[in-house]
Amino acid sequence: MPETASANSEVATAPISLWRRGSDLLATAAAAAAVVLVLLPLGAVFGYLVYKGIGSINWAFLTQTPKPVGEAGGGMANAIAGSAFILLIASVIGVPIGIGAGIYLAEYGRNQFGNVIRFTADVLNGVPSIVVGIVAYAIVVLTQGHFSALAGGVALAIMMIPTITRTTEEMLLLVPNAVREAAYGLGVSRWRTTLSITLRTATSGVITGVMLAFARVAGETAPLLFTAFGNQYWNWKINQPTAALSLQIFSYAISPFDEWHRQAWAGALILIVLIVAAVSAVRIVAGRGMLKGAN
Amino acid sequence: MPGPQPIAKPQVVPNSETIPEPLLTAGSSRVADGIFHFAMLACGLCVLALVGLIVYELISGSRLSWHAFGLKFFFRSEWDPVNEQFGALPFVYGTLLSSFLALLIAVPLAIGVAVFITEMCPRWLKGPLAFTTELLAAIPSVIYGLWAIFVLVPLLRQYGEPFCARYFGWTSGIAHRFGFQGPFEGPPYGIGMLAAGIILAIMVVPIVSSITREVMTAVPQQQREAVLALGATRWEMIRTGVLRNARAGILGGVILGLGRALGETMAVTMVIGNRPEIAASLFAPGYTMASVIANEFSEATGNIYLSALIEIGLALFIVTIIVNILAQFLVWTVTRGTVARSHA
Repeated sequence: MPETASANSEVATAPISLWRRGSDLLATAAAAAAVVLVLLPLGAVFGYLVYKGIGSINWAFLTQTPKPVGEAGGGMANAIAGSAFILLIASVIGVPIGIGAGIYLAEYGRNQFGNVIRFTADVLNGVPSIVVGIVAYAIVVLTQGHFSALAGGVALAIMMIPTITRTTEEMLLLVPNAVREAAYGLGVSRWRTTLSITLRTATSGVITGVMLAFARVAGETAPLLFTAFGNQYWNWKINQPTAALSLQIFSYAISPFDEWHRQAWAGALILIVLIVAAVSAVRIVAGRGMLKGAN
Repeated sequence: MPGPQPIAKPQVVPNSETIPEPLLTAGSSRVADGIFHFAMLACGLCVLALVGLIVYELISGSRLSWHAFGLKFFFRSEWDPVNEQFGALPFVYGTLLSSFLALLIAVPLAIGVAVFITEMCPRWLKGPLAFTTELLAAIPSVIYGLWAIFVLVPLLRQYGEPFCARYFGWTSGIAHRFGFQGPFEGPPYGIGMLAAGIILAIMVVPIVSSITREVMTAVPQQQREAVLALGATRWEMIRTGVLRNARAGILGGVILGLGRALGETMAVTMVIGNRPEIAASLFAPGYTMASVIANEFSEATGNIYLSALIEIGLALFIVTIIVNILAQFLVWTVTRGTVARSHA
């Protein structure tokens, strides 16, 4: 140990036994090794996606529908559009309900009943996606009589709602009470205060929550298997089976054809780029501070 | 305490010309307030109704199968759609074994990562590392499955499984004595329980490590300083000062990871082999509750077949709910009273 100028250096540098120093070093090494081991698959997944996928993305892939087995070419245009369509339906249903429930919890739900809803939202968050698929099948597909984009949208909306609810609540609670009181002091009514003052102040935080929910369901496959079902052709009707990027990746990945495997990688690359873009956007928005207008 | 308090209506409206007009006229309506409150309440009730709907649909859908097989459904291993004989035991076994395997691999890694990020790594590395591990959670299940089919499974078939068989093959001797197949016995297909366990482990790590990070952050700084002041090394400080205080929360994180592993569908379906058999060997193909629903639901002919699948879904729902509630309770016992917002 180097000599330090401190007065009681003899106490501070009391010898540490080899065993203790060794185990300290070992623990540090083990933790660092764990980090490497965890980052390895991450790197491998991204590496393979780019390596295998980038060569198969071309204009045809982005603009054409799938070709029959044996014919080269074709693309996933209808699946990309279908995913966007289903996600749009899910957002139209899920975002208002999620934000509304979040507002209720933050502004009116500081009581026992609010706790019940809070708990239920957490329960809903833990429901396996495949079970959500069964329920969407039972309430939409069975009543309509066939698979549809709407059923897929409902399934994804059910999965979006709890995430949006809880983040909206959290963000609204971050808004200082003084901001609300200032609005009341001006004679603004409660609903107007909530919408144009509180919610407005927390906007970036609420958007973060919506984007997180969006990223979470964008790649979901299991709840779409027997709701949206998939489709080889274009579809813009809300009550018809619709292709989705994740479904297409799944069915191509388990198929025995090399050409389809190639396209599965390409589709996966597009899907992951979209999701990472969404997550990074969240990171940037969140990093700028939740409450720009509050202070 | 947040949340607005009701305000008394001012008796005298002072000098209404100086107050901006729109705010006063738009804001003075008591009816509008009532409507808004009601609309928000309706959204909140939607959440309640959704869970109610899920429970109702699952129970009513599985009634047929419940009447036909009763509780024995979960202890029969027959799965014969042609003769309408159904038992869920192979799926329950597959789900439990693959999840257990996943936790066995993931938990030490996840705790290691959390310890490194919160206690050891330099400050500038903290943010990027936390972000990268969370990125693992953002990758969709189907992409993990795709990667596993074309990268992980061939690796296992060529190197991983022969390696295990050579160096851990001796376990077969012990297993045979009890009348089982050894855990590393049989032809190395690549596809099977081991592949499912590994891919699940990769998917579970970010959840366990982010919860562990959260509860470790919630341990008061004074604990660390106190232990360090007694002359402890850094590892001794982490072990006695941090991990011991956070253990209930860490257990909660592990159980939350279990909940995710139990319900995970796509990646497992793509690599587990989908054969409804109970095999002791990790090299053998299996089947899980979630993947049998994923594979057979849209092709299920006959009401009782569909009903049996929904009953599996109901069982999965009940188990994951219990597991999640338990996990949240455990995390709460550590983080209560602290404002732990390390996520988001």
